[in-house]
Amino acid sequence: MSAGRPGGEAGAVTAPPPLLEIRDLAVEFSTPRGTVRVLDGVSLELARGATLGLVGESGSGKSVTALSILRLLDDNARIVRGEIRVDGEDVASMSDERLRRMRGGRVAMIFQEPATSLNPVFTAGFQVAETIRLHRGVSRREAREQAVEMLRLVEIPDPERRADSYPHELSGGMKQRVMIAIALSCGPELLVADEPTTALDVTIQAQILALLRDLKQRLGMSLLLITHDLGVVANEADEVAIFYCGRVVERAATRELFARPAHPYTAALLASLPRLRRRAERLVAIPGVVPDLRRLPSGCRFRDRCVQARERCAVEDPSLRPAPGGTGLVACHFPLEATAGVA
Amino acid sequence: MGGPTRPTVAAAHDPPSQGTGAPGPDSPVLVEARHLSKSFPLRRGLFGRSGEVVHAVSDVTLDVRSGETLGVVGESGCGKSTLGRLLIRLIEPTAGEVIFDGRRLGDLPAREMRALRREMQIVFQDPYGSLEARMRVGAIVAEGIEIHRLASGAAKRERVDRLLEEVGLRPEHADRYPHEFSGGQRQRIGIARALAVGPRFLVLDEPVSALDVSVQAQVVNLLADLQARHGLTYFFVSHDLRVVAHLSHRIAVLYLGRVVELAPRDSLLATPLHPYTRALLEAVPEASPEARPAQPSVQGDPPSPVAPPSGCAFHPRCPFAEARCRVERPELLAGAGDRAVACHVFPAAP
Repeated sequence: MSAGRPGGEAGAVTAPPPLLEIRDLAVEFSTPRGTVRVLDGVSLELARGATLGLVGESGSGKSVTALSILRLLDDNARIVRGEIRVDGEDVASMSDERLRRMRGGRVAMIFQEPATSLNPVFTAGFQVAETIRLHRGVSRREAREQAVEMLRLVEIPDPERRADSYPHELSGGMKQRVMIAIALSCGPELLVADEPTTALDVTIQAQILALLRDLKQRLGMSLLLITHDLGVVANEADEVAIFYCGRVVERAATRELFARPAHPYTAALLASLPRLRRRAERLVAIPGVVPDLRRLPSGCRFRDRCVQARERCAVEDPSLRPAPGGTGLVACHFPLEATAGVA
Repeated sequence: MGGPTRPTVAAAHDPPSQGTGAPGPDSPVLVEARHLSKSFPLRRGLFGRSGEVVHAVSDVTLDVRSGETLGVVGESGCGKSTLGRLLIRLIEPTAGEVIFDGRRLGDLPAREMRALRREMQIVFQDPYGSLEARMRVGAIVAEGIEIHRLASGAAKRERVDRLLEEVGLRPEHADRYPHEFSGGQRQRIGIARALAVGPRFLVLDEPVSALDVSVQAQVVNLLADLQARHGLTYFFVSHDLRVVAHLSHRIAVLYLGRVVELAPRDSLLATPLHPYTRALLEAVPEASPEARPAQPSVQGDPPSPVAPPSGCAFHPRCPFAEARCRVERPELLAGAGDRAVACHVFPAAP
């Protein structure tokens, strides 16, 4: 549903611009031990109504990317290069007022720990209502009624009563539902979900993911889903970006990425996963550890853990290019060949 | 050693590198839990006790067979970590007993219990919090060796070096501090510390849960190798069914402090009987191109272990619950194929 886009030029027959577009984004953190570049040239696109999964290990830059979109980075972080466009509008140059209206308006975000994002001294209903009042300018009573409707939308049982519950009276799953209600209360076009189910039990995770899937459909939202769990993205995302050491090393349609990974890191990650239904005798571990961002290897950042690394990988930093035989992008001098026999 | 009566769970289904054939129902039992219960007084607010208790583990009876990995899965609050701690008597049960290699732990005089500690060790989830930050790695690993007077001087030093090598570290790492290591390396240190006293039984409490995917596989493989090399018996606790399924010979499913199903890994995965086991399996997201969205097959949250529901504790969330399930608690009953289930509706086949 791309309803009501303003300013569509009459003659333009080209595809509409993506809802979210990140170009060559670089972010640095200043730390007591010097400056660290945590993102280095990240480019992404997210189409309307689609789900893009950002996958990577800790420190890979996926969460920093998400926070940059809402300009929620800590004070010690600085965007040194690149641009972020939401609906064509550059986030970096937005005035504080426009930014405030975008946050919780056009773009909303949910986090891993709903417990720490909710205020413990206010009821769930009050916190949803406050957001509604702030953004919609309705009366307290109306806001309260709409808040109950939002709680119903996120399938909280008995929402009239639950609206009066305090966060500590709610389970982890219920708290995350309240957070989703707050996030959705202003009808965002883009929901940024940073590890939204990581702190939850697996049956509750399945409930929350099903809820997000359903709401996305019904409300015509786009979803940027940040997770370390390849199983979660395989199920939820239309497209996936794989992060490694502050870079996107591969981007592809989900099905293609899982069937024919082009980057050796993606392939190695998939091989290292224990699986329920296709069990391996032994897991294929990736040797070594994720390098310190202050001491990255020359050339390709993955090369000293890569089984196919050659001389060129040590001298030349690979950029993101179309993957041979696929439709995705890969940052590797020697991408894996697409093999026959695709599901 | 092998289980000739149970060909279904032999060779082809072995967890990684099982040398002598998988342990089966005929394997000797190393650890027995008999009607084991543990409750904790509940603290509410700032002022002490409310008089309520949390029933963390309730009437658990199970055997851990020598040389096997018994995986234990369940969601937070199901009692799986408490059960692991009870088995090695890190905590005392409220009721029931643990029998280790034929000896009742509750009856043992303190001195014998101390000696027996050598045989049973634990590896914790958090490689950051469980290592003493101000001790060098060598001293951390050597501590158990000193306590049990297993070696001293050069022999001790050599033993530490060997242990570090065995877990994939280098002898020179002995002189460094825990903070100098990555999460995966710290977990290797934790494993070396546990192995230092030559245990037969290891409780592995979420040993890879804090690790990144690429490092998790290294530690999982290490655990498999160590088991094969030393004939270790593992009690492997994890919330991640995928990791448990990879390493375990048998899997026990816990719900609100009770075992609801216990079966050889492959039968459990292929034909889960208890509705909760099915719900868990269906909720696991699989990383494959043909993956279908994980299904929320149960609604709602697990009830509080302070006031577990009557009858079968799962009945309020169970799509198959009958009238009987609300009043009568199903016993964990053994059936064919080395399986046991606690369910009125889907019992194990006799």
